[in-house]
This record gives sequence, structure tokens and C-alpha cells, in this order.
Amino acid sequence: MMKTENENGKQHREEVCPGKKLSLDDAHARLADTKGPEFWRSLEELAGSPEWQEMMHREFPKGASEWLDSVSRRGFLKLMGASLAMAGMTACTKQPLEPIVPYVRQPEELIPGRPMFYATAFTMGGYAAPLLVESHMYRPTKVEGNDKHPASLGGTDIFAQASILEMYDPDRSQTIAYLGNVRTWGNFLEAIRGPLNAQKAVQGAGIRILTRTVSSPTLADQMRSLLKLYPQAKWHVYEPINRDNVLEGAKLAFGQPVETQYKLENADVIVSLDADFLSAGFPGNVRYIRDFAKRRDPDSGKMSRLYVVESTTSATGAKADHRLPMRATEIHSIARDLAARLGIGGAKAGDGDAEALLSANFSTCAALDLRSHAGSSVVIAGDHQPPVVHVLAHAVNQALGNVGKTVFYTDPVDSNPVNQTESLKDLVADMHAGKVDLLIVIDGNPAYDAPADLNFADALKNTNIPLRVHLGLYQDETAELCQWHINEAHYLEAWGDTRAYDGTVSIVQPLIAPLYSGKSAYELLATLAGPSETTGYEAVQSYWKKQHSGADFEMFWRKSLNDGWIEGTTFAPKQVSARTVGLPAIEPTPQNSIEINFRRDPSIHDGRFSNNGWLQELPKPMSKMTWDNPVLIGPGTVSFLGLKSEDLIHLDVDGKKVTVPLIGPTMTERLGLKSEDMIEIELNGKKVTAPVWVQAGHPDNSITVFLGYGRRRAGRVGTGTGFDFYPLRDSAEPWFTVGVSLRKTGETYKLATTQGYQTMDTPVGQRPLVRTANLEEYHKEPEFAREEEPPKELTLYQPYPYEKEPYAWGMAIDLNSCVGCNNCIVACQSENNIAVVGKEQVVIGRHMHWIRVDAYYQGDRDNPKAYFQPVPCMQCENAPCEVVCPVGATVHSSEGLNDMVYNRCVGTRYCSNNCPYKVRRFNFLLFQDWETPQLKMMRNPDVTVRSRGVMEKCTYCVQRISEHRIDSEREDRKIADGELQTACQQSCPANAIIFGNINDPNSRVSKLKSNPRNYSLLADLNTRPRTTYLAEIRNPNEELKT
Amino acid sequence: MKRTPMYGMMAEFDSPTALVAAAHRTHEAGYQKVDAYSPFPIEGLAEAVGFHKNRVPLVTLIGGLVGGLSGYLLQYWISTSSYPVNVGGKPYHSWPAFIIVTFEMTILFAGISAVFGMLALNGLPMPYHPVFNVPRFAFATKDRFFLIVFASDPKYSPAETRRFLESLGGQAISEVPD
Amino acid sequence: MDHQQESTTNNQTPVIEPGYTFGTVTDKISSIVLTRPTSSGWFVGFGVAFLLTMMMLYAIGYLFVKGVGIWGVTIPIGWGFAIINFVWWIGIGHAGTLISAILLLLRQSWRNSINRFAEAMTLFAVSAAGIFPLIHVGRPWLAYWLFPYPNSMGVWPQFRSPLIWDVFAVSTYATISLLFWFVGLVPDLATLRDRSTNRAAKIVYGMLALGWRGSARHWDRYETAYLLLAGLATPLVLSVHTVVSFDFAVGIVPGWHTTIFPPYFVAGAIYSGFAMVLMLAIPIRKLYGLEDFITELHLQNAAKVMLATGLIVGYGYIIEAFMGWYSGNRYDAFTLWNRLHGPYKWEYYALLICNIVIPQVLWIKKLRSSPIALFFVSLVVLVGMWLERFIIVVVSLHRDFLTSSWGMYYPTRWDWMTYIGTIGMFLAAMFLFVRILPMISIFEMRTLLPEAEVKE
Repeated sequence: MMKTENENGKQHREEVCPGKKLSLDDAHARLADTKGPEFWRSLEELAGSPEWQEMMHREFPKGASEWLDSVSRRGFLKLMGASLAMAGMTACTKQPLEPIVPYVRQPEELIPGRPMFYATAFTMGGYAAPLLVESHMYRPTKVEGNDKHPASLGGTDIFAQASILEMYDPDRSQTIAYLGNVRTWGNFLEAIRGPLNAQKAVQGAGIRILTRTVSSPTLADQMRSLLKLYPQAKWHVYEPINRDNVLEGAKLAFGQPVETQYKLENADVIVSLDADFLSAGFPGNVRYIRDFAKRRDPDSGKMSRLYVVESTTSATGAKADHRLPMRATEIHSIARDLAARLGIGGAKAGDGDAEALLSANFSTCAALDLRSHAGSSVVIAGDHQPPVVHVLAHAVNQALGNVGKTVFYTDPVDSNPVNQTESLKDLVADMHAGKVDLLIVIDGNPAYDAPADLNFADALKNTNIPLRVHLGLYQDETAELCQWHINEAHYLEAWGDTRAYDGTVSIVQPLIAPLYSGKSAYELLATLAGPSETTGYEAVQSYWKKQHSGADFEMFWRKSLNDGWIEGTTFAPKQVSARTVGLPAIEPTPQNSIEINFRRDPSIHDGRFSNNGWLQELPKPMSKMTWDNPVLIGPGTVSFLGLKSEDLIHLDVDGKKVTVPLIGPTMTERLGLKSEDMIEIELNGKKVTAPVWVQAGHPDNSITVFLGYGRRRAGRVGTGTGFDFYPLRDSAEPWFTVGVSLRKTGETYKLATTQGYQTMDTPVGQRPLVRTANLEEYHKEPEFAREEEPPKELTLYQPYPYEKEPYAWGMAIDLNSCVGCNNCIVACQSENNIAVVGKEQVVIGRHMHWIRVDAYYQGDRDNPKAYFQPVPCMQCENAPCEVVCPVGATVHSSEGLNDMVYNRCVGTRYCSNNCPYKVRRFNFLLFQDWETPQLKMMRNPDVTVRSRGVMEKCTYCVQRISEHRIDSEREDRKIADGELQTACQQSCPANAIIFGNINDPNSRVSKLKSNPRNYSLLADLNTRPRTTYLAEIRNPNEELKT
Repeated sequence: MKRTPMYGMMAEFDSPTALVAAAHRTHEAGYQKVDAYSPFPIEGLAEAVGFHKNRVPLVTLIGGLVGGLSGYLLQYWISTSSYPVNVGGKPYHSWPAFIIVTFEMTILFAGISAVFGMLALNGLPMPYHPVFNVPRFAFATKDRFFLIVFASDPKYSPAETRRFLESLGGQAISEVPD
Repeated sequence: MDHQQESTTNNQTPVIEPGYTFGTVTDKISSIVLTRPTSSGWFVGFGVAFLLTMMMLYAIGYLFVKGVGIWGVTIPIGWGFAIINFVWWIGIGHAGTLISAILLLLRQSWRNSINRFAEAMTLFAVSAAGIFPLIHVGRPWLAYWLFPYPNSMGVWPQFRSPLIWDVFAVSTYATISLLFWFVGLVPDLATLRDRSTNRAAKIVYGMLALGWRGSARHWDRYETAYLLLAGLATPLVLSVHTVVSFDFAVGIVPGWHTTIFPPYFVAGAIYSGFAMVLMLAIPIRKLYGLEDFITELHLQNAAKVMLATGLIVGYGYIIEAFMGWYSGNRYDAFTLWNRLHGPYKWEYYALLICNIVIPQVLWIKKLRSSPIALFFVSLVVLVGMWLERFIIVVVSLHRDFLTSSWGMYYPTRWDWMTYIGTIGMFLAAMFLFVRILPMISIFEMRTLLPEAEVKE
């Protein structure tokens, strides 16, 4: 199967982007007389030629000279795609050396026009996201979660969703390079043979290999065998977003590294000590969200309760029933306090400092709740909290008897669980000591993201290591400092294996042959181990042959590929017991000094995704910020929630409680800051200047900075966006520290948020957009959300008889389940070919997302309640947009869809003006990229690519509806409930979005719509939306008044 | 003995009052084919020269009716039979929404037929006309007033008519060649 | 009617100064076109207006190349300057039709000296207005899809949309105004034909005059047709701005969805229209020495009309505000609050000052009869009426139902270039008009002379 796929993959690239893509005549001329082998060289010359440079540069002044920035910015962004002939040539005009099979006989399983799904897995930080990837004619086009896999159950996270764009990114490194010049794999093999032989003599004493966290059994095995070959060689591991604290905590508590897993479906009470376990990047978050959401159903009778103490604002905090903003440096004290109240030795009540006493009320109630739910509760410590906090969490869980019920311990997923910071330190030491002769960096970017005090980039540059090799997807900051760069094959292009958070191994299947004939880590290591070359396929398969010796290997292999995981590789729970005495003390931090928190960016993680337009333009869960990473800072007295006009703030409406400012002047008051002001942050001598964003609910005397921005060599999209805070980050205190000093510079900086107004309160009353109640209130008055619904018969017209149709599509969104993870946005963007518009366009409100997740804050600005509300098109039965369209470009289908006829749209924008939900998006300029071949390959062939001047919006994934309707009609049956899922629904880890046929009273969506919590947004307008919401219910602890 | 064919006999007057009076007297004298020319509309002059049936209003009415009907029927046909689509849950035949276009079409057609009807009935445009042969007729668009008795009038006789017109106080009486 | 009595009874403000005969009236007006040498001032004025027109064409060209994204429009403010200017220009146009049609029906003979260029102004204003709906759409090359014509796609326009109503209303309005104007011109063209000494001019005017010879029968049908046109134009002019107001009133946006719009849009239109008439009439009568024909009476009457319509507009604002509060609807109430306190509050206050406060000086007869004062009041009113449309379009849209989707509107220089460009185009057309056509209806002026009466 894979063979045919490879061949067709190759031969397909031919079809998709033929040589004529070369727009430039001179390029043509030069290429005309080049044949396969020499092609690279001629390209190299071409790329270097002055005309070429001239041509590449001419684009910019042309764009820049335009009056309106946004337009030129468009021109610039289009370059992201429009990488012109450069990408075009390398990607598309390459003649394969081996003969390719013409498409004469249809390969089995392939029906043209019908997608196929392959199981594979995406890995980040060593943790796998099991996937099913949709492939159109052997082109991967859409990533879905593997619904059979326990770690996914169909859900994904934003990074997995967006990885498809990463694969097709025209800025990816497309060649092997030596000192920046194009080379071949053969050249590299020659170049490395000598040094390797030399190392043989000294047992590889000079070999250092630096990887990111590795959970791949095959890779680990290859590494070990390599280390057998070169006993003196060293394997270092480093990722900026590492779990050293978790590891140290485990070692401290259990004397050995263990992985901690949670079963939140069994948890009645959850206490998070600064753990953002509901957002992408936290191991197992997809499964945790599912389990958490399952227990938030107020009708189930056993709704869970969530306490969150956190040092910044996060989606997890937003879902909390009780949230306590607290500086990260003080959270250990509340952990201690909690432990003490649960009678755990080594800590006594009120231990810690004053801050803990302030929160005594919180921790007492939390402790009581935990105790009364012993065995069905869980305490989760955040990755960046010091080991002690982890130990305390372990201790508490153990004391409460949660272990084995809500908490499980297993072997670590990381196949080389070392303290990564230490590991990198050693490497740098060796580099300085001149012990390193051959350094191989396997897809990491330490030159950019290593702790500042290690000066890795500096060491790399100046310790003149004879041979430095970098394997990576991009020619990034590290590649720049290595003589050799090898363009890595993306996980969708290469074989491999990886582990999910529960240890289950998935085989990583490639969906397409490497676009730029990149190499995988497996292939590189195999080459180093030598003597013969090995393909990734052989490497992975041979490893598993060793694991699964037996005649039925072929069966086993095919089943594993098909299912997407390998039977029986899930880790078994370990029996360990936590040490609870003699915990190291942490000296209290000075109250008056300002704390700085380093966090991975919610959208682009540690910076590896900074060239990914989808993620760059993805609004961060709480601030709705795009394209930037401003410094988060508590509100103080600046206008509420970044509102520009103070007038809007008026919190004692409808008897709502009034804002209570913190005792004493808060930080923003002292500094007189407001959103978009620039500040200079100084930390032990190092300075960074960045804008601030006033974030409601952020603890005072503390700032949060997000890593991953300010890249120098990310690509056309990522380079230069945001601000780089790694220079402030020390190996000693990588997550937070105090003693930072802030200075207002007086300048301001424009930030692009998609939702400037995050309150439902207006001076003339509150708007019932997100309807909420406490569990008690809800039980007293279940119909509370139903007000203002006009009766159906309130009309002069004969209503359209939808009930006579076989299908009436509708959607219900459970606000209680939604954790604001943004998955739906990326999934929709990928499914519906939605364009990226760039920062300047977002600033003036022209972002194109068909579904957005509104975040609203309510109450005390220093610790507000926060609510998420995903808003796709409501598909109103009485659609206001349709009536005003002069050309009938948006009309209603018999199944109740509010259809958009792109070809008919002339672009009056009247529909958008008249849409009360403002879900319509307009192509003000040519936002779509029509040039880049890679992006053409990526697009969903079932969805029109909209051009300039056309209105667009969500249509409940009408292409999927039609596909299923056709299938069902061919099989002479009705579409079964749940068989048809919209992209947002399918990717939602929380199952918050339910879509289906409301004419079928037994469909899940009908059941939800009959739930008393069900309400329509702006019901009083009588638009009769098909998309309705289930009101949000919180489950606060009556004793605890926050 | 045959003379060159004549179009009529024209007399010039210097005030609207004189012209109207003259026109009346001419009419009373039994002349039927008479016309008068003035630089601006003069009340009662048309009646004086015996013009009664003005059909411009009728033409306009018909035009208006045609416009209104076609306007409404077009919308009705399009929205109910040619291209019936469910728009915002409104009925196919949303008559209140169709009234505006119907109204505008009525006005448009009525207006056009009024103007072009008037021109047609007046036989305009007509770049050449015999009366333009009279040199002083250029003042008919300034401050002089003219009365003409057409040669086609049964009572018309060059000598007789000229004498009659003189008796009316007409000046610069001239025969208008055809 | 009463105006005329006034003018005849107390003789300080007659419709036309005494001492004129049919001949002198004719000569005075036609000489401006036929004999008077073109002043250098004319060339300068026309030159400037022409350059502005070119600037507009440049801006529109760039717009077609790049897309409406070069403007400040965005989500949620999908309509910006284009629609504001469209409504503004259409409104200005209304005065011409009102003067020529409604005042004709009301036998306001003082209209005779200003209706010609008022109608011309209507035509040019409507053509300026007509540009915007065409260029503001995302795909202007497909704008013709708004017309119902049989096509291979088998689709038709959607007649429930106010934009379709606009298409019919505005095109009808343009056509009828053109006919009305031309019909009025025919007898004067004949006059020019007979007066002009230049052969080329003779031919051109001759062609246009359609061989008009002033026959009694022709005059009879002519007057009937003219009267009928007036009768048709009167409901038409009222309907046009009503339909334009439907663009907003039919929408559900708070600040749009209100039944007061049709009447106060019409009033506002006449308001701004008369302002424009005065702004044109005052300099023209000065420069071409027409004070005898466009007398103080005309200025005063125009001022009175402005005063009246201005008060109606004011009433509209009051009702809007009152309803915002009285309805108890949280969205309407907020719209009111937002106008008074929101980010665009200064625009709203400026609007109230321009449209309501300052024009009240017209109660003073002394100012009412001072051309300078009138000129500036008119200018203020024109600005005010533009602001009114800004408030309606932008301020209503920028904060509607979902607070999450609120936004701000910042016009770009392309918006300004297009807007100012249309003013240039309008003026250029006016300059050409006064140069080549009689700006006052000669034959109707003749009827105003005492000699025109037929004495029994």
C-alpha cells in the first residue's frame, strides 16, 4: 500500500505543480538546459545570482510604497505563500531520478475524489497526539483525532491541527546545505565519513548528540545502539518547555522518575496548583478535557468542582468554580497549607507566609472539600512549579487515597528522562572545554531558546567545533551556526513511532513522500551508526520486528498501522509511595518585588510554530491576542479589560457586585500603565522592551511573558513578530523569579486582538449573551435561560415547513463543556480553506475565522469570572442577512442551512451589517494565496477557495453534509445520527459542539435542544437560530465566598 | 397662371394680448387652419386657434399603467415561478416588498411616455419648417408674436387673407413659401 | 402663492426687478452663454474642479486594482464613506426636483429664476451619488447583476432587498430628472439657436432645440407634459429618499431599525439640497450680475425652506432619542448612550450644532437676507447633513448587539480622495453648465413680466 502511495505521491507532485509555475523567464532559460542531477547546482547558482536577489527584493518596495499599510502588509504576507519560483522550483520541477509509474491502473482503495484516512501521530514535547489524517489523492489535507485511541477519543489540539500547514509551509528548509550552499545527501555522507572514522578511534569521545524530548522507542533504541558503537559519545536532551520540575518532583517523592496520569472522570473535586491542564501543550490535555467536560454536566447529579490557584490567567482558571490569582512564587505556600490542613507531616497549617493566610479561606474550603471527597478528588501541580509543590501534590493525593482512582503512576514516557537543563549545561561545558568534535543537533533550536546564561549560540559560534550538523524543518537560528544543515522530513512525510501520555505507542505513517526529499532523525541516526543506509521505514519496522518476533508480524504490523497504535504498549500503573516528610523549605519571596513568569505561548508554543500563519493568527484563549506576545499585567485602575473608553465601565448594574480593588495601589496604578504601552523589563542586568496588555484576573505584583516570539530566522510569517523573552530566562529559574524591574518607556505599540471588548456589561444594562447560574439556582429554576424566546406562532407569514424535510440541521453548543481551547477555529480554518490575513488586517478587524470563541469577563476585574462562547454562523431560520442581499447570494436551503453562493456574491456587505452575530467574513482584499504550489496542494478540494470581494461564512461544513447525503442515498438509508460531524465538532476535545438532524427527535442535538439550559443567542430578535447554546452552570462551594 | 405653392400667410404682433385677440377674430372670421407662435406659453391661445383635443394625459396614463403592471408582474413571476428561493423565511410572494419597484416603474414609464408622447404629438423633432423661411420669425423665440393662416385653409386667398390680417393690426405680413 | 402676493404687495422684494422687457430678459440671460467672454476666473475654477475629478478617477482606479480593502471599511462597519456620500449627494439632488416640480405645482412663480440650475445641480448630484453604489461593492465588475435581466445562470435579483429598490428608485429618479431638465431647456435652446451668430453654435443648439417654433398647439401639449412630469416627479422625489432610508430602516441594526427615517430623511434631503442651491446661487448671481433675476426674495424663501426642513430634521433627532429611551430596548438605549458618550460623541455634538443650533439664526430677517450669512449657514448645514449620515452609518454599526464584535472605523486617504473627487466632478459639471446653457429659464422669466398678462 505504502509503495503505491509513495509512487503516486511523487507522480502527484508532478500533476499539482508543473514546471510552468516558474513565472520568471530568465529562470526558465536557466532551467531549460539542466537535467535531474545537475539541477540542484543550477538552482543554487540561480538562487545566488544577482538578478535573482534583485527579483526577490523588488517585491517589497512595491508593496511598501503603497499608501495603506495593510495593503502592503498583504503583499508581504502573500509572500509567505508566494515564495515565487524558489519554492515552485524546488518543490515542483524536480525530476525524480527513478522511473515513476504512470497512472494507468487505479491503485486499490483509491477512488478518485474520495478521501482516504490514515492513522498516524503528531508528537510535541515527546507526547503523541494520535491522529487520522485525511488524504485526497495522496495529499494530506486535514488532521483529525483518532477516535479509537484512548489519548484522543477523536479530539485533537491546535498544534496537531495546524501541523498540516507546517508540512506545506513553503518556508521549510528545502535542501541540504553546507555553509548556506546547496548540497546533496551524498555530499553530506562523504563529509561525515572521515570525522566518524576518526571518532571510532577515541570511542566517540568527541560526539555529542542533542535532541528534543524523545519518546520514540525506535529512536531511543537507535540512540542506544549508537552509544554502544561510540561508548564515549553523549546524548543530550533539551527543550525550552521541559518538565524538569515534574521529574525532580517525582524523584524527590518516589526516588525514581515516574509519569503522573489523572483520571478526571472519577474526580469530584479538582484542585489545580497553577496547572493549566485544560490547554494544549499539557500532556494528555485532549483526554483530560474530555473527562473533565463529562463531569461538568449539571444534569448528571454529580457535577465536579474545580479549584484553581494560578499565577496568570488561563483557560483552566476560566473554567474554575473558585479561582485564586496568586504569584507563582507563593503558590508553594498554599500547597503547604493545603497539605497541612490534610494533616500531612512536614507541614503545619499557616506555614509559609502572609500570602498563604490571605488565602486561608480558599485553602480551608478546598481542603474540606478534598477531604470529604477522599478517593474521588485530585490535586494537580503545574509543570513550572518547583519540585516541592509536586511532592506536596503527590503526598496529598496519596493521603486522600486518590492514587489508583484519580491518579496513576507509570514509567516515564520520555525515553531519556534526564534533567534537560542540566543536560544542556553539561553540553555547553564540554563545548567550552573543547571536548566536542562532532555536534549533531536533531530538530531543536537551542541557539534561539536555550537559557540565556548558557549563551548556547555564543558557544556554538565561538568554540570552533570542527563539525556541527543540524537536522531541522527550518533553516533556523541554530542551522545558521552549523556548517551542515539537513532539511528534515516532516512527520507527515516520514516513518517513525511515538508514545502518547499513557505510554501507548503509535506508528507514525507518512502520508506523502518528502516534498523536498528531507531526512528523518531515524535515517540520520541509522547513517551515523552506519555502515549501510537505512530508510526510516526499515528502521522502525526492524525495531518492532525485534519486539514482536513471530510469524504474524505482517498482521501485527498492518493492524498497528490501521488502528493507529500498538496493542499492549500502554504503560501499566506502578505501585509507588510518596515520601511526605522532610520536604526542603522554600524561603518566602519579598512581597514588594515584582515577579516575572515565563510561559510557553498558547499558540506558538516555544517558537517552533512561529512560521505557522494559522497559529499566529489564532486568538490566545484569554486575551484574544494575535501575532504578538505582550506582557500580561494585572488591571489596577486602567480601564476595565483593555476598554479604551472608561465610560463603558460600570459594574454595579442589575445589582451586580461592585469592583473591589486590591488593598493598596496595584502595580498598574503605580506604573501608570495601560494596554499597548511599551515597558522596559530589566532582570539581573538584561533588558527587554515590550508592550503590556492589561489582563483582568492577573495577580498583582507579577507579570507574565510568553516565550516563542521575536524569532530572527523563522520565515516570512514568523520572523520579527512579537518579542523575545528568552534573553531574560536563566537556567537557574527558568519559570519564574522575582526582582524584575519595569520602566514605562512612553512609547506605545499596536496590538492585534480579535475581541477588544470582553464585557457583557454596558452602561444601560447587561446583555444576556452568555447565560449562567450556580448549580443551586439552576436546580431551583431550570428554565432560567429561556427568557425572551418569542412564541413560534408570532408571525404574519406561513412559516417554511422544515419539519416536512428529511433533515433539518442544527447545532447545540454546551458552554459548560467548552474550555476555550480554540481547536474548532483551527479545524475550521483547515477544513474550509480559510485565509490568513496578517496583523495589520486583524488590527482593523478583518480576520477571517468562521467560528470564533468569544471570551467574556464579569465582576471583579482583579479576579473576574470568565466565560467562553464559540460563535459560528447561527443559521437563522429568519436570517436577516438573506433578506437584504440584492442578488440572492445568500439564501436558505430546504434543510435550513443559510447557504453562501460565492459565485453570485457581488460584495455589498449589507448581509454582514445586518447580521446581529457578526459571523460573516469579507475578502476585503485578495487574502487567499493563489500562487504557492504547496498551499494549493494543502487545500480541501471540496471547498471553494474564495477570492477578493466575496463574503464568506460558516455553512455547517455543507461539503461534508453533501458527501454523507450522497453516500446515504446510494445506500438508500438516512444519514445516521453522529455519522456526520462538522469540522469544529469533530476536533472538539470537550464534545461541546453537537451537530445533527433536529427533525429526528432521538438525535443527540434534539435531546440537547430540549434541555432546559438550551437558549438561543439574541432570541428576542426572533431570528430563530439553528445554533443554540446550553447555559453555563458553575458549581461553587457555598462556604467559600470569593 | 400657376404660382409657387404657398404654405400660408403670416402676420406679426408685438404683444400677447394683440395676438390672442387677433387669433380669436381670425377664428370667428371662419378660418379653421390657423396657428400662432409665441416666445412663451400664452393662456387661451390654443383655444383661440381652435385647438381642443390634447391627448398627452391619455398617453401618460397608459404609460403609467403599463409600467406599474409590468413592474409588479415581473417581480411576481421571478419570485414565485422563475426563481423561487427561501429568503430569510419570507413567503415567495412578498407583496409588500414588491410595492416599491412597482411604484418606481409606474413613474418611470409614465414620465417617459409623457415626454416622448408630447414630442411625437408635436411632430418634433423637425429641423426644417416653412415658417423658418420668414426672416423675422427668428424673433418668435424672443419678443415677437406671430399668427399664420395656412394656405390649405378653404377660405384662404392671398389678397383676401392679407387684407384681413392687416385689419387685425398685424404687421410685416408676408406670404410663407412652402 | 402667498410669496407672490408678498412680492407684489410690498415691493422691496419682487421676483424680478422692474424695467425689463421680453427682449432685455432674453438678451441678458442668453448673452452670458453667447456673447460674454469666458473669464479667466472660470478657467481657474474649472481647472481646479477638473483636477479633483482626475484625483477621484485615480482613487477609483487603485480601488479596482486592489479592492475595497484600501478603504476603512471593515467588520462590523461594512459600509463607510461610500454609502455616507451616496446618501449625502442623493439628498442634495432633491432640492432641484423639489423647486422645479413641487413649487411648480404650488404655482410658486419665484421658482422660475432658480429652477434651471437647481435641476442641473440635481442631475450632477445624482450622478455623483450614482458612482458610489457601483464602486463600493467587492466585485464592481459584477454590479450589473443588480439589474433584472434574463441570463444564462437562470438567476434573478432578490426583490426584498432595499438595494434593489435603490437601483430602481435612483435610476428612475435620474431619468425623470434628465427628461424634466431637457424638456424645460427646449424652448430656450430654440432661443439660443435663433440668437447665436456662431454657425457651429447655431447647428448644435438647433439640433438640441428639436426644431422648436413655439406653436400654440405645441405650447399647449408642452405645458401639459411639463405639468404631468411635475406631478410625477413630486411623489418620485419623496419616494427616492424614503427608499434610501429603507436601506437602513429595513435593517435590524439598532440606530437603523426605526420608522421615523423616511420622513426625516426626505426633510434632511431638502434641507441639504436648498443649502447647496444657495451655495451655488449666491456666487453665481454675483459673478454674472443676475441680482435682478435671483433677488433677495429667492434667498429669503430658500432660507425659510431650510429653516422649516431643519426643524423637521431636529424633530427627527428628538423622536429618535426619545424612542431609544422610551422603548426600553437595551440595544436602542445603548445606541443613544453611545452617540452621547461613545468614541464618536464629538461627531454627534458637531452634527447637532451644525444642523439644529446654527441654522436658527435664519429666524433673523437681517441674516436671512444677507447673502454672506446665508452662504455660511448653508455650508454649515451641508457639513451637518454629511455628519448625520456618518452617525447613522458608522456609529450605529460600530457597536451593535454582541459586545465581542464591536469595532472602530478609520477612513483612509483613499476614502477622502474619492469623496473630495466627487465634489470636484460636481463643480466641474456646474462650470460647464453655466458656460454653455442658459442657467435661468428664459421663457419662464418672460412669463413673469407684466406684459405677459393677456388683458381682455
